[in-house]
Formats: sequence, structure tokens, C-alpha cells
Amino acid sequence: MTFDLQEAKREKANINNGKDSRVLTECATCYACEEYCPYGNHPFYLIVERQEEKGLLPSPAPITRQQILMMKPKGTITPMKVTAPVIDMCYFPMLTGSIREPLYENPSIIVGSDVFCNIMWLHFARNSVIRDRLPKVIENIWHFYLRDSGVDELICFHDECYASFTHLASAFNIEVPFRPIHVFEYISGRLDALQGTIKPINAKVAYQRPCSNRLIPEIQHWVDEIFLKIGADRVARTYDRENALCCGQVLRAHQREEMADEIQNRNLDDMKNAGAEYCVFNCPACMATLAEAAAEKGLFPIHLSDLCQIALDGNAPKG
Amino acid sequence: MDNIYEVLSEIVGPEFVSDSPEEKYIYSMDPGTMPACEPDIVVMPGSTEEVQKIVQTANAHRVPVVPMGAGLVLSGLTRALKGGIVLDMKRMNRILEINKLSRYALVEAGTSQGMLQAHLKKHFPDLKHSAPDAPPAATVAGNVCIHGSGHMSHAGGFHSDMLNGLEVVLPTGEVVRIGSCATSAYWFARAPLPDLSGLFLGWAGTTGVITKLAIKLYPNYPYNDVGVFVCEDASIVPDILYQITGTQVAEDVTTWMTPKPDWAAGFMHCNVNYGAKTKQELIWKRNLIRSAVESYIDDKTGGFLPLPSMMKQRFLEVPARQLSLFADVRKGGGFEYVGAIMPVEIFPEAYDLGLDIADKLAVSYSMGCRIIGVNHSMMFFYAYAFNRADPADIARAQGALEETNKRVLDMGGVPWKAEAPAQQEIIRKMDPNTFDMMHRVRSILDPNGIMNPGNWEDN
Amino acid sequence: MKHTEILHRCFRCGYCKLPGNYIDFNCPAYAAFRFESYSPGGRMWLLRAWLDDKLEPSRRFQEILFSCTACRNCVEQCALTRIKDELLLAFIAGKGELVGEGKVPPPVRDCLTRLQQYGNPYGLARKKRSNWAVDAEVEEFSDQEFLFFPGDVGAFDSRGQEISRSVAALLTRLGISFGILGDREVSDGNEANAMGESELFRLLAEENIENFNRRNVKKIVALSPHGFNALKNEYPALGGTYQVFHYTQIVAARVGDLALNDNLSKIRVTYHDPCYLGRHNWEYGAARKVLAALPGLEMREMDRSMQDALCCGGGGGNLFTDVLGNGPESPARNRVAEALDTGAEILAVSCPTCAVMLEDAVKSNNMEGRIQVKEISEIVNERLNDHP
Repeated sequence: MTFDLQEAKREKANINNGKDSRVLTECATCYACEEYCPYGNHPFYLIVERQEEKGLLPSPAPITRQQILMMKPKGTITPMKVTAPVIDMCYFPMLTGSIREPLYENPSIIVGSDVFCNIMWLHFARNSVIRDRLPKVIENIWHFYLRDSGVDELICFHDECYASFTHLASAFNIEVPFRPIHVFEYISGRLDALQGTIKPINAKVAYQRPCSNRLIPEIQHWVDEIFLKIGADRVARTYDRENALCCGQVLRAHQREEMADEIQNRNLDDMKNAGAEYCVFNCPACMATLAEAAAEKGLFPIHLSDLCQIALDGNAPKG
Repeated sequence: MDNIYEVLSEIVGPEFVSDSPEEKYIYSMDPGTMPACEPDIVVMPGSTEEVQKIVQTANAHRVPVVPMGAGLVLSGLTRALKGGIVLDMKRMNRILEINKLSRYALVEAGTSQGMLQAHLKKHFPDLKHSAPDAPPAATVAGNVCIHGSGHMSHAGGFHSDMLNGLEVVLPTGEVVRIGSCATSAYWFARAPLPDLSGLFLGWAGTTGVITKLAIKLYPNYPYNDVGVFVCEDASIVPDILYQITGTQVAEDVTTWMTPKPDWAAGFMHCNVNYGAKTKQELIWKRNLIRSAVESYIDDKTGGFLPLPSMMKQRFLEVPARQLSLFADVRKGGGFEYVGAIMPVEIFPEAYDLGLDIADKLAVSYSMGCRIIGVNHSMMFFYAYAFNRADPADIARAQGALEETNKRVLDMGGVPWKAEAPAQQEIIRKMDPNTFDMMHRVRSILDPNGIMNPGNWEDN
Repeated sequence: MKHTEILHRCFRCGYCKLPGNYIDFNCPAYAAFRFESYSPGGRMWLLRAWLDDKLEPSRRFQEILFSCTACRNCVEQCALTRIKDELLLAFIAGKGELVGEGKVPPPVRDCLTRLQQYGNPYGLARKKRSNWAVDAEVEEFSDQEFLFFPGDVGAFDSRGQEISRSVAALLTRLGISFGILGDREVSDGNEANAMGESELFRLLAEENIENFNRRNVKKIVALSPHGFNALKNEYPALGGTYQVFHYTQIVAARVGDLALNDNLSKIRVTYHDPCYLGRHNWEYGAARKVLAALPGLEMREMDRSMQDALCCGGGGGNLFTDVLGNGPESPARNRVAEALDTGAEILAVSCPTCAVMLEDAVKSNNMEGRIQVKEISEIVNERLNDHP
């Protein structure tokens, strides 16, 4: 969306006052405004609230309803003893192969629909689903896994989980009885412990910063530290850090195909033109969306965790 | 029959004839619900000449002959309802000619879908045929002569529409050629001669044995994609299909509805498959298809699923291997379906019918439809899974199939590749003069009534 | 009988008859006989019918069961993901039932009898197991790093013996420390197992394990993929846990150490994946790595390669029982024709059973002079600098 300052102020006031605004139908749900707001007023969460109040769906109703059904907790969670480090893989069982030695030391892994973080409903104008499901998810993690195991820290592999349990939960007044730790913080610590075994990858990398990271910009420094430790040169490019572009998959869900094509091409061309060899991902959803297109442009798509594994043991990920 | 056994052994060689209990058991039924009917002999010819001799022998002795491809029709059409000889055609599986410029393939009748597909991929990667979603072991001829459909049917119609010519052994033993091949070395069209192919399409093998056929081939594009359009209101589906097919850029338009997994119940998913020579062309086609249903997207009543490319692979696979998995839904190795050929406008009633029967008869189901031509008709399928080790479960599926067939007919559709009970329902509904004409045609072609008897007879 | 609960779940869709690329039939029994009863799906339904007393276990029924070469193509290709892993186990269990009832084709009966009486399927005296090593400069096993296990074909078949000597020479050239047990070992039992004679397999395996353990064997390099499979996958449950390698894996890891002749004429080679190395144990790379290291060698893959490879027809005991026969549609004859179609002059194999089956097929097809079957070690040895 493009505004001049006056229009921007006017539209923001409309949103604040519950009036109609073109923002409510044109928002790409990239979360950037949550990062930009210097006052912590949660402008994006308010947009989502207004969308739901007014019945303004960014995505067609059948797709919205089906996604809500698809990601429903199955209620199949059972108690399991865990030991630290406990790695929360959200609803990505297909990625548990990434959690292996030497980077992850004797991890316990939790995964499944009953621990799905539910932050994705921000893209679908469904704060109500977050309010309904997130408290139960937090309770599941605490009661079925952490509490009785005497563990009070949870390492979030998925950026969205960390954002959900910190930034989002706080904004929605949902209590979180455990301490979420971002996987990058854990990885950075492990790289220090394994310093002597690191074989620097000596490659240029482009980093795909996901939308959820806009909610938790405070963790960004871990990314730079990790790259430094593994000998990766993060290329300077236009669409990085505060200027990051979303992967575009949500835009496709919103039926905005041409916009999604345009930003994906712009993003990947930017990586390529900056001389990147790897396209490094934080978010599994971004990776699923962009990996093939990145590979077609000659970039090696890889999750940051797996890139660190290469630096430690030279092995490509399984799966 | 012993005498015939000896004669058949001399024709094809003793290793390709069997009256052993094992073959009689296996060839007595297909994977559907129809009960076993054992043949007396199973024979596997290797050439048209052998087929001719077999048919002449059968005719002389008035022994029934049942032609069979892979036996995957699922409605029991290759069972020997009155005993006799099952003719397993699969030894005749040579690919005789691929004519690139005229885009046709000439194959023997036992050639499998998979082998033709593999042959084209290796030797003529710019060409493909319209493959059904039947397993790759299914034969090209079997599918054509039951009016099958597949992955090019939106562009090209029924697979019988894609037929260029036939070589057939008549029940009386003559070998005839139908189409341009009757006068020419080329098998390029059925026109402009009087089209005799209709005497052998949809007749369940009751009018002769197809030994060779030529089918149309289509461009095989290097770039392929699929859009899955989702909605919840069956009443808008006919127009959605009308709009999408009106762009005429897709190759296959197939809608699927299933109660499992839970998130799929109540939703209609319309797969639109298309291909292109370049990526730009692919994106152009995508946008064109999308614009055809823009009004539904704008009012949020439908939209395309945001599938990353790794999740699209199952919708781009030809044939779709996962469809066989439906047979294991009841952990019983069985499914059978009513494929109803219907006008697209009755999609809502057809859909409601499926829900009603599944609910009333408590059967595991899956539904969908494949568009034939430019919305000219649809093959709407009602698939019911069953456990073949449980007679009650088989009976339940049979009940659902029978009820579905009846109600399809009432609705104005026609069951495709109808099993024996469904044939009776169709005959009851059919114009009597039409059925009489069928009978007269069969009498002329097959005066001794040897070809797959028990089918299309008024009981 | 085990695995009976899956028999009725077969949909007879026929994916099991084909390779992944659908290019031709890939079930050896179905390709040879062409009746649906000989396909994996046919076998499933026939077993069910027998157990339901709808069929007698006639001679033909027995032949249908024992025509299965245990190649595992059906497991690889079956579309029903919840039952596919049990398919081959069900067929072997079915064979076991027939064995238990004494209702097996005479060649199967005779083969199993020889295995039981002589410890090998050839019916030759046990002491002849080390004959292949005479004049081969091979040491008796005594705390070397590896036990070299030639298996039955490598020890008793004349062609197999040539291959054993060739492999032994190559391992020696690579500086591998190995010894043999000669007549102090018996058949690995893999074929007995595949023919459903699990009790005989157990007896053979336990005898070997006792001999191996008494001599403190830790690592084994097997000549035959059949032996490799049994030693690696079946022996641990019986107390025989060793590090087991197929010899091509050892060679592949060290092929850079060989002094190879750069000046030989170019040859076109195609490689036949043996079932017990490939589909059973997912080892497709070792032999290819070895071939890729040889100068002047142009590699041509067959359409059915790796997990799609067509079985030579020798498995399931068929090398000894010949249930599949040698007709024009036999898998071995089909396979060598496919090899010739690639334009290759050499059909490379890494299994002595495949070598015997495919060489016979070359003769049966009158292809001598146009394509030659050679074992991997033979190809390597010929391309060494000091090869005479």
C-alpha cells in the first residue's frame, strides 16, 4: 500500500475508531507495522481485530474455514517425559530430522497439532481462533511435557512459536508459564561449545527474514552472530533486515498471485544480484514456498539450522 | 472343453493356456464387488492371427469368449458370466508406431497405459497420451472401449473420442479395420468413412475383440501446474466449471469431494491442470484461469489453495498413485465406483445424492467429477470402499452402488461401464427401439452369441 | 502363518508388476509366465483362497509361490503404503507353510535337502568349500581385520569360484587384511530363508555364528549380496552381530589407492543392480563409484536401474530350482537384451548369482560376441597397471 502522510494518519484514525479503511482490505499481513511502531501499540493486531469485526476476510471464506479445520488440535497429546533441551517443532513433524547431533545435544522433541502455535490466523483475520486455541496449546505444553519433567524452558524451532509465546501472548494477555528460547539463541550457544570443530563454510549467504520475525526483532542479532561463527558472509542487499520482503505465500492465499510473483522475483533477484550462493531460511513455511524458485535461480535453499550442521560435520540434512 | 483346450494349446502354445484352478480363481473376478464367475479356460494370444483362430474355434463350438485387458474395470465386465474362455490380451503389448507429426500412437490392444507413457517419455518427450487415473497396468484398449476419460479429457473428450482407428476380430472370425487404416497405411482419423467404431465402443466386449488401436497424442509441455479451486456451495460449481472450461487453456478439470480427512468434508476442490512451453506462458494461463472465476474470488465464495510446489506434486502425478489407497480405507483391498456420465448442470443434485446414500447406507465414500470436453459433460464418480474379507461389507457397498445407479438414471445421467445389475437398470430405462437395435447389431455380428454373453441382455 | 491379515487387502492394482517408470514388466515371475496368478497380487489372492479352503496347494500352486525370486520390486512399488512392507514376508511365510506341509515342487525339495545334508545347495562335500582358494594366495582367517565370506556360489560354482579369486586378488591389491574359513563355514542360509525354510536357515546361521564367534570375527566382507543380506540383517537376531560389508563397498572407499592403466581402449559398460544389494539394502552407489573411477569407461544406465532394476531371476533359490525356466520371456534373457539395447559391450555385475544367470542368458539369446557379462572386480583387475 502506498500513502502520503496525511492519508496514512487518516486511515490509521479510521482503524482506531472502528471505521472502514482501505487498509483492512489491502493489507498484505506482512506484520511489518508491528516492528515499525515505536510505541508498541500493536497496529497490526488491531487491523486483524477490525477485519474480523467487520467480516473482511483477506482470504476466501472456504479457504479460511478449511485452514482452521486443518490445523485444529487433534486432542491426541499424551504425557511424555522430556529433558532439556526441549525442542518445540510446532506442527512440522517432517522436519524433525534436522534435530540431530552435533548441533543439538540429546534433545527431546515435541511436535504435533496439539502444540501448534496458531499465530498463522493473523493472516486470516481470525484473532478469535488465536484466543480460543493458544491458551490450550500453552497449557498442553506445560502440563503434558514440561511441568512434570521439571523443565521450564522451551526452545522454539519455528520463529512463529517464539513470537507466539512472547510477543503475541503478551499482547493478548495470555500467560505463559515457561520460558521460550529462540532456537537461534540455542544454536549460537552450541556453536560456542563446539567452536573447535567448526569448519567455516566460507560462502556468501542471503537471509530470508520471515514475517513473524517482525514481532521479535530483538532476536535478529543471533542471526548475525551465527553467520559470523560459521564463516558465512551475509550479503548486503536491499530487501533484508527492516526492508525484508515476505515470502509471498500468504498473498497467494489472499488470491493476489501477481503481487506474490512480483515480490518473490524481486526478493530472489536481489539475493542473486548481491552474489549470494545460499538462500538461508528461518521459517519452514518460507522455505516450502521459495526453495524451488531459489534453486532455479542458482541459490542453494537451506534452513539456518542445517547450514550450521554443514559447518559442524559437513553433512547435508536427511529427508 | 478338453478338445478345445488342445486346439487352443496348438494355437498359442501350451504355456499360454490354462484350465488350472488357480487361473480359474484369479480370472473369475476383478477387484470390485461383483461375485466370482469362473471361466473354463484362460488363454493368452500373442498376435491377431492367434486371436482370430481362437475366436473361430470358439464360434465353431459355441463357447463364450470374454476379452480382457488388465481386468481393472472394477465392475466385473471381464468375468465369464456363462463360462467359456477368458482372453487375456496383455501379451499383445507392442507399440507399433508413433506418428509424431500427426500425433497418434498405434498399439496392440494389450499395451498398458504405463508402458505407452514410458515409451513416449523416452522416445517422444514432446508427446503424451491422455492417461486415465487407473493404475498404469491398465490397458489403453480397455479404457478406450469403455469410453474412459483421463488427464486430457477437458481438452480432448472421452478417450473414445481420441480414437483414430481399430483393428477388430469379429465374433465370426473376420479381421476388420476401422477408420482411415481401412484404406490407408496411416491411422490418422475415423472420418471421413462411415464410422463403424461405434460398434465396438461401450459394448463390453460383446461385439468383437479389439486387437489394435490408434489413439491421438497431445503436446507434452515442459512446464506444468495445477490450481485447486475450493468452494463450499455445490450450487455454484456448474458455473465455476463453465467459466474455467470456457478459457480452453486447461488440459484436465477434475473436482473432488471426500469426507476424510476431516478438514476436506463439505468442500469442493476443483483441480485445474495446465501446461505450457515457457514459464511466462504458464503464468499467463494461470492468470487467465483465475480471471475466469474472479467474481467468486472477489466475493470470497471461492479461491485457489495456496499450495507450495512440493505439495502440488501429488496433483501433477499421472496416474495419481494415491487413488489406489482408497482401496485400503476399510483395510479390505476393495473399492468400486459408479461413474455416472451426466450433464454438468446437475452437479448439485449429483453431489447431494452421494451424501444421501453414504449417510443412509453408512458406507465409506469418495466423490468427484472429471470434465469431458468444454463442459460438455462430466464423469461424476461415487466410489465406495469395502473389505473383501467381510461379506456384509461387500453387500453394503453393492447396495450403495445399486442405489446410486438407480438414482443416477432417475436424475438423467447414465452409469458408465455398468456392471451386470446396472445394465438391467439401464435397459429398463432405455428407449426400447434403441435396445432392440443393440440386440439386432449383436445378432448380426455375433449370431452364435459367444461374445461376453450375459452382458446387455434383458433378463 | 504370519502376515495373513494383509492378504485380502491387496487391490490387484498391478503397480507391483511394474518398475517406477512403468517401462516394462518388472516382476520376474509375471514377466516369465504372464498369467495374473503369477503376479504378486495374484499370489496374495491365491494365498488367501488357500487359507480359506477355496484352493488346494496343487503343484501349480506350489510353482506359483516358488516362482517368486524375492526381488522386492513389489515392496518397492506397491501403492498401498500400509501393507507394502509385509508383501515379501507374506510370500515367504506362504512358502514356509508349504514347506511345513511337505508340499513343494521337487526341485525345491531337493535343493533344501542338499542344504540340510551338505550345508550347501550343490550337494558337494563340505571340504570342497575352500577349493576355490587353492593357488589363490588366500590366508586362513586368524584375527585379520575381515573375514572374507564367498558364499555358496562363490565357493562351489565354477564361475563363482573365478569371481571369488578375482575379488580376493583385488582385496589383496588394496592391502585389505582378510582371511577365509573355508570348510569351517556353511551356507549363509539366505536362499533357505527366502524359500520359507526358516528352521533350516536358523540351523545354518547358528552354525556359522558359532564358528565366527569362536574365532573372534568382528568384520565380514561378503562376495555375494545374498550372503551380505543374511549376515547383515538376519544374523544379529540369532546372536551374530558383525560389521558386514559387500566387497564393492570396501573397494569404493579405497578405489583412489589403485594404480590404474590410463592407456586402455574405451569400453561401454552398463551395470546391473543386484536385488540384495539394491532394493533389499539400498546400496546403489558403491559399484557405480568404482566404475566411475576407471579411466576409459563410459557408463550407460539401463532404463530399469537402481530401485527399478529387473531381477536376474536367480533369487528365491531359483538359481538352483529353476522354477522360472529359461524361456524367451525369462527375466535373465529379458535383462541381457535390455543391456544390449544400451549399446554397452560389458554388462557389469556385482553378484555371482547374477553373473551365472546373465551369462547363461547371453548364450540363450545368441548374444555372445556382442555383450559380455563381467564382474566388477574383474573389470577393475583388468584395468590395473600391472595387469598382464
